[in-house]
Amino acid sequence: MAEESQNKLVYAGKLGYSFRRHLHERFIETFLFLSAILSVAIMLAIIAMLLKESIVFFRQVSIWDFLTDTQWTPLFDDAHYGILPLISGTLVSSLIALLVALPMGTIIAIYLSEFAPFTVREIAKPFLELLGGVPTVVYGYFALLFVTPLLQIIFPELPGFNLLSAGLVMGIMIIPYVSSMTEDAMRAVPMNLREGSYAMGATRFQTAIRVVMPAAFSGIAAAYILGISRAVGETMVVAIAAGMQPNLTWNPMEPAATITAYIVQVSLGDLPHGSIGYQTIFAAGLTLLLITLVFNIIGHLLRKRYREIY
Amino acid sequence: MQIDQKEIAAYAQYKSEVKNLSFHYGAFNALKNIDMVLHDKKITALIGPSGCGKSTFLRCFNRMHDLYPGNRYDGEIILHPDDVNILASNVDPIEVRMRISMVFQKPNPFPKSIYENVAYGLRVRGIKQRAILDEKVEIALRNSALWDEVKDRLHELAFNLSGGQQQRLCIARALATDPEILLFDEPTSALDPIATASIEELITDLKAKVTILIVTHNMQQAARVSDYTAYMYLGELIEFNVTDTIFIKPKNKQTEDYITGRFG
Repeated sequence: MAEESQNKLVYAGKLGYSFRRHLHERFIETFLFLSAILSVAIMLAIIAMLLKESIVFFRQVSIWDFLTDTQWTPLFDDAHYGILPLISGTLVSSLIALLVALPMGTIIAIYLSEFAPFTVREIAKPFLELLGGVPTVVYGYFALLFVTPLLQIIFPELPGFNLLSAGLVMGIMIIPYVSSMTEDAMRAVPMNLREGSYAMGATRFQTAIRVVMPAAFSGIAAAYILGISRAVGETMVVAIAAGMQPNLTWNPMEPAATITAYIVQVSLGDLPHGSIGYQTIFAAGLTLLLITLVFNIIGHLLRKRYREIY
Repeated sequence: MQIDQKEIAAYAQYKSEVKNLSFHYGAFNALKNIDMVLHDKKITALIGPSGCGKSTFLRCFNRMHDLYPGNRYDGEIILHPDDVNILASNVDPIEVRMRISMVFQKPNPFPKSIYENVAYGLRVRGIKQRAILDEKVEIALRNSALWDEVKDRLHELAFNLSGGQQQRLCIARALATDPEILLFDEPTSALDPIATASIEELITDLKAKVTILIVTHNMQQAARVSDYTAYMYLGELIEFNVTDTIFIKPKNKQTEDYITGRFG
């Protein structure tokens, strides 16, 4: 006790207002607030720009025509401004990609999280992440020059540009995003929940499917939503491998353009700024933003509905 | 450590016999040459200071250690009436867990409805008939004194229950598959005194149906609920006897020091 009193720190000050401490706290708080507000501000600026330019477009083209016309030929003499062909291309390629990425990503996540021994996981994860680091333009040429010829062996009448090949490769590209986030969500499920399941006589697979996945639902939903957004917004693969002709089709064996591919095509061309053809890219961009927004809202609602509770 | 000769004569009363059990976590020797018995349809309590290996011992009974690499059992846990050593390498841990259930320290209901939580073990066993599931779920919930509280909301999420109710739900889940031995790993340490009292009452009632092994750090709890008590220290079984004997006149000095609070 004697030692303690000797070493006792003199910590107490006057009981009053510390201007210096207060200022310091305010400074930190302001800095954090500005950092947070910046991303929100950028998002709002993008939306404002898209809206502003789209309004110019919609002064000349009615929204009704935009949504119902079945042709998208803004650069032709006989110009049509129907977004449907671009939406169909986007949805078909995304759907194929998701049919690959969501099941594969989930299966890989289940394996890595619940089955893989430590060493396998430590080796497999970096490789998967590497897959996510390959530039998308490489995937594009992989689809065009490798996957399409391969598919043509099975389907001889498949054209050189097609949605199928682009979608499949896009799916492979998205797998790491889905698997990595899904695995993180599953690994975050506490061990005592797994033990509860094993103690009831469940196998590893039963535990993974019946207990761990429902418990990780909100994280898995977030992974799926991210995968969907990536598929819908992906540009290079579809621009290279799916062709660039807008084509109202639900057949993956045909060439078609997606919204993103069209935007790239037009912005790389030499259309005069302010022309109606140029304004189309903003209307198309706004449509894309709305589509991803819908998916994000669905994801948000799902997450709220099935909140993680352990 | 001696087991009473008279009791050995009463062999048929044993649900399980532990013979020279040792256990290693990697290089760490967590249990040392334990000999013990579980009396059929009785409650056996494991007491001892933190880190003495009582939970490790409990988790040998349902081969929980098999889930993690680097663990090793030596010796035997014989399950009667089969006379099979459940630690043997040719015995599937899942088969063991089908017959020996466990309730954990912290209530761990699954993210499912109350009904599906209780039905879990049956579903895992491939039972799909609604009538059987309904019946088993109701019986298990009645036996865990939860039925009246939840019968009108069986399809609500289990997380909506209070902590004590969740723990009784976990007991119902363990009971639904008619286990022969029920393991409790400090089942009340996360609960308030009222919930604890109701769980203790429940455990006492359950011994009519099932053999119970309970780990507790609460000596009063061991004295209140158990028929037999084992005192463990540093991975060894120091003393095992009828609960009254352990608490009133323990034979071993170490046990006495622990019981009387001079140590631990």
